[in-house]
Amino acid sequence: MEEQLVYTRPDVVADRATHYCPGCHHGTIHKLVAEALIDLGVVDKTICIGSIGCSVFIYNYLNLDTVEAPHGRAPAVATGVKRARPDKFVFSYQGDGDLASIGMAEIMHCANRGENVSVVFVNNTVYGMTGGQMAPTTLLGQKATTCPAGRCEELEGLPIRMAEIIGGLGATAYSARVAVDSIKHLKAAKKALRKAFACQVENRGFGFVEFLAACPTNWKMTPIQANERVASEMIPHFPLGTFKDTTGEEQ
Amino acid sequence: MTQQTPKRIFVKGNEAIARGALAAGCRCYFGYPITPQNDIPEYMSKAIRDAGGQFVQAESEIAAANMVLGATACGIRAMTSSSSPGISLKQEAISYMAGSELPGVIVDMVRGGPGLGDIGPSQGDYFQATRGGGHGDYRLLVLAPASGQEAYDLTIKAFDLAFKYRNPVMILGDAILGQMKEPIVPWVPDNLDPDEAAHWQLDGAAGRPPRLHKSLFLQEGELAGQNIKLQKKYKAMEAEIDYEFFLVDDADLVVVAFGSIGRITKSTIRKLRAQGKKVGLIRPITVYPFPSEVLKDLATQGKRFLTIEHNMGQMVEDVRLAIRTITDSDFYGCLPGNLPTPDDFEEPILKALEG
Ligand SMILES: Cc1ncc(C[n+]2csc(CCOP(=O)(O)OP(=O)(O)O)c2C)c(N)n1
Ligand code: SF4
Repeated sequence: MEEQLVYTRPDVVADRATHYCPGCHHGTIHKLVAEALIDLGVVDKTICIGSIGCSVFIYNYLNLDTVEAPHGRAPAVATGVKRARPDKFVFSYQGDGDLASIGMAEIMHCANRGENVSVVFVNNTVYGMTGGQMAPTTLLGQKATTCPAGRCEELEGLPIRMAEIIGGLGATAYSARVAVDSIKHLKAAKKALRKAFACQVENRGFGFVEFLAACPTNWKMTPIQANERVASEMIPHFPLGTFKDTTGEEQ
Repeated sequence: MTQQTPKRIFVKGNEAIARGALAAGCRCYFGYPITPQNDIPEYMSKAIRDAGGQFVQAESEIAAANMVLGATACGIRAMTSSSSPGISLKQEAISYMAGSELPGVIVDMVRGGPGLGDIGPSQGDYFQATRGGGHGDYRLLVLAPASGQEAYDLTIKAFDLAFKYRNPVMILGDAILGQMKEPIVPWVPDNLDPDEAAHWQLDGAAGRPPRLHKSLFLQEGELAGQNIKLQKKYKAMEAEIDYEFFLVDDADLVVVAFGSIGRITKSTIRKLRAQGKKVGLIRPITVYPFPSEVLKDLATQGKRFLTIEHNMGQMVEDVRLAIRTITDSDFYGCLPGNLPTPDDFEEPILKALEG
């Protein structure tokens, strides 16, 4: 039988192994980002804002002009970049500790100003890089190194739902939550990301996509268990869906 | 230099800085209100937009400084301004800019501290400005104007230096400079093309390998290499050392004072000279890099020193470092928040002169 090439690595994805742990979803999400940039034909005019956390090396994996932002400040850096170069495609890539904790003010105000930028938000309910501390998105009962008995509402509050909050802001053009734990979810994620990015291309304004992601290492699970946890534990608290869509297109 | 508007205008020091930035081709201004520098964001909110640039009132000083980081990563001339507590918040981004070698311009119109302090004039941020302020081994170029005209001129210079060295540059003023109205003659630099492409600017990697601005260097030896490179740059910045000499040649006592205090001291010295007292002034204009060699030279000539500052003693440490192998410096500090007059300095200068 003749071999048929059905899939290749897009050029914007660097030809090298990543440092991500086996089963980590960062790599999959990187690839979706690359594909969305290619789909929209903006690779050559993209400026990526890297942040702090396991994804800090995004510039090693995506062949894009990149600037690294201090912890949580990527939306402010993105604002500066986009204001300086309004004709470029600008996106930030941020974890939950980065975006929903230290960077809460920056993300809220960037969205609320309706900055014409896109934000990729990777929610793995934990601080990955620093070794599994509690994040603002850590689920109730979930153990982390700084809530060893499991997160409890009385002491630590409830896990924050960012896609809903961002969707509630007037100036947001698009906000959705997606997952990459199954082919079905992956397809929907691809669509959502494309829509969020298209908002910027069409000058509609701020686009936000929250990815539910696995962190097998800090969840102390096998890659398969971690992948399953996304559906069994995360999605019930963080429902998938679109929370704001000003494009008028069908969901 | 082009005297495009040879006419004099009557403006506050803060406005002089804003106008200087526009003349220097500043395209993006990001700020957050704090007294006594509010005239800068207020002026910019209209003027920079009228000039086709961008103004954002950020949600915080942290965000404003990071917006500057983003804009300068694109090779665009960008500025933020604040006053003491706000500058503390900007330090994170300033350290990242220094580490990533990005040329932001930061204005600090110093007020009294520590903490919330007061909104009156002070030079209490000297350490913070000249020692970096943020984390890590880095330096800023720090320019300390003493008049509206100098504020205008040095702001233009700040952008040039920032791009020349790819390093953050700070304008260190105070509430006296910022709030005082006086005539200045605006000018615009010749041959300035603020949109000229920098070989390192981010603009999308079309037809070339991607560019990266980062301050993370994890591989063994990599950070050491970056720090050696930075230290070489800081050494090279000594070429920019600038200061004003006033009646120094035959002086027995040299007063060292910067910014507004330098200017006020000049009046005192004029008065004392009329009485035949042999006193002079050196006013550092770059407070980093500091004119150490010049001071050492004066010390070698046998002159004595008095450092006057609007704080409890900060620059005096640099003066002492410069002249330590030869002599020492007296110190007179006026309390932050008060407005000193030339008369206030008469007694301390006479005392130092009599030794
Ligand atoms: C100002 C500051 N505070 C703390 C840190 C340490 N730090 C590095 S990564 C990180 C957590 C990142 O977690 P998250 O954003 O969830 O990303 P992940 O690693 O899970 O992908 C923290 C707290 C830092 N780099 N800077
Ligand atoms: S620690 Fe978690 S988030 Fe970080 S690379 Fe490993 S699996 Fe991914």
